[in-house]
Amino acid sequence: MTIEILLQHLLNGLTLGSLYALIAIGYTMVYGILRLINFAHSEIFMLGAYFVFWGVTLFHLPWPLALFGAVVAVALVGVLVDRVAYRPLRDAPRISALISAIGVSFFLQNVAIVLFKAIPREVYRPQWLEDPLLVGGVRVLPLTLFVPIFSVLLMLGLVYVVYHTKPGLGMRAISKDIETSALMGVPVNQVIALTFGLGSALAAASGIMWALRYPQLQPVMGVIPGFKAFIAAVFGGIGSIPGAVIGGVILGFLEILIVAFFPDLAGYRDAFAFVLLIVVLLVKPTGLLGARSEEKV
Amino acid sequence: MLSITDLHVHYGGIHALQGVSLEAPAGKIVTLIGANGAGKSSMLRAIAGLVKSKTGSIVYEGEEMSGLDPAAIVRRGIALSPEGRRIFPHLTVHENLLLGAYSRRDRAGIARDMEWVFDLFPRLRERSAQKGGTLSGGEQQMLAVGRALMSRPRVLMLDEPSLGLAPLLVKDVFAIIQRINAEGCSVLLVEQNAYAALTIAHYAYVLETGRITLQGTGEALLADDRVVHAYLGG
Repeated sequence: MTIEILLQHLLNGLTLGSLYALIAIGYTMVYGILRLINFAHSEIFMLGAYFVFWGVTLFHLPWPLALFGAVVAVALVGVLVDRVAYRPLRDAPRISALISAIGVSFFLQNVAIVLFKAIPREVYRPQWLEDPLLVGGVRVLPLTLFVPIFSVLLMLGLVYVVYHTKPGLGMRAISKDIETSALMGVPVNQVIALTFGLGSALAAASGIMWALRYPQLQPVMGVIPGFKAFIAAVFGGIGSIPGAVIGGVILGFLEILIVAFFPDLAGYRDAFAFVLLIVVLLVKPTGLLGARSEEKV
Repeated sequence: MLSITDLHVHYGGIHALQGVSLEAPAGKIVTLIGANGAGKSSMLRAIAGLVKSKTGSIVYEGEEMSGLDPAAIVRRGIALSPEGRRIFPHLTVHENLLLGAYSRRDRAGIARDMEWVFDLFPRLRERSAQKGGTLSGGEQQMLAVGRALMSRPRVLMLDEPSLGLAPLLVKDVFAIIQRINAEGCSVLLVEQNAYAALTIAHYAYVLETGRITLQGTGEALLADDRVVHAYLGG
């Protein structure tokens, strides 16, 4: 294997890993606050890709505007899902919200089938993402650079919101103790809505870039990436944002490198992630950065 | 002034408060004593909006409070330092205090009150960059009280502020409560340490299984045989 090919693989791993990480952040943020696995998150990811497709083909928006519009629209869908399907169940047993999440997931998938039809669609890709670049003598697709860079920018934005703003402080407080946060005057439902909005925006961005990388749109396209990102979130330690990022990137690298070095195992590519999930749950259920709660008396 | 009339609260299947009436006049320290499970915490939680009352009214400055959510009640000037401190162990002392001021927008006022809290509790200033979970029990109690003060309350409710503290610290905590009161804040204090609570209280109520059975000035209750017998180990 030449250096050039190895570099290609590493870039591919980084690209895939960034995409997983962006989705995983949404899972982990919602779980951190509500202890809920938001199964509809896969469909949020899918909607991002379709909304850009709509923006470009139906409304003839320029691509950057379509991208921005789709991210905002999907964020609103995420907020709406919380308002309609989860918030009324806030005081219900946790399993009820989980069932509701599965219901929303199927509902959105089927809405997508009705709206967009089940036939796979081609995605518009801006030309500047297609023409290979020469970086230090190595041919690189601009897309494999664009995805990690854009992802890092989004994550930095998220870190800013979570660690340096007042709603972010509210989020971190709610994730530990909802009741006491309410007592402090944190508007709990608004902060939860914001959490859904942010997580959905990141998932939408991931879906959009996923569609550029694997240029085919299908209503069920979110299912497998969604599951894998969920595994990445568990692997990194569910509830931890840095954990979701690390878990996503590691999973992306492992997947690409296993296929690269053991081409015979390429068919097991998806199974591999699930094996990882089982191992993590058996060996270290809290994941890499998962928190164990300590209390002082 | 806070006035509660015929308050009923149900908790799970338990009728925790069975028609309690209580007055907390402005500028005074009012204490509520009673055994474990008498309903003292339910009382404070109902006022703070954490549990909904079935019937009865909670009127503050002429406005009905029952039915408002906790955030709205904090904004109106009633803060609770909850039982068991409930500080945020993963956030710094500074962040914990900022959370106490979440309902406020006046940056300058928040900074000024942060200084005020640091003056009341110098240990918190020293540890402001430390995680709440690394503090000792006594420091966590100071943080819980300081955090409640950060909303600039006119009524401060304290639920068992002396629980689990060493005797010397208990003295400190009660001295601080008197100081806060002297600066114009009304205090509604729930305590198991009946002697200390009655000593500093202007007025006191005794709560037994969801009902008020005795009331009077702190001094009067300290001298009352029934109180001495049941709560002061006499």
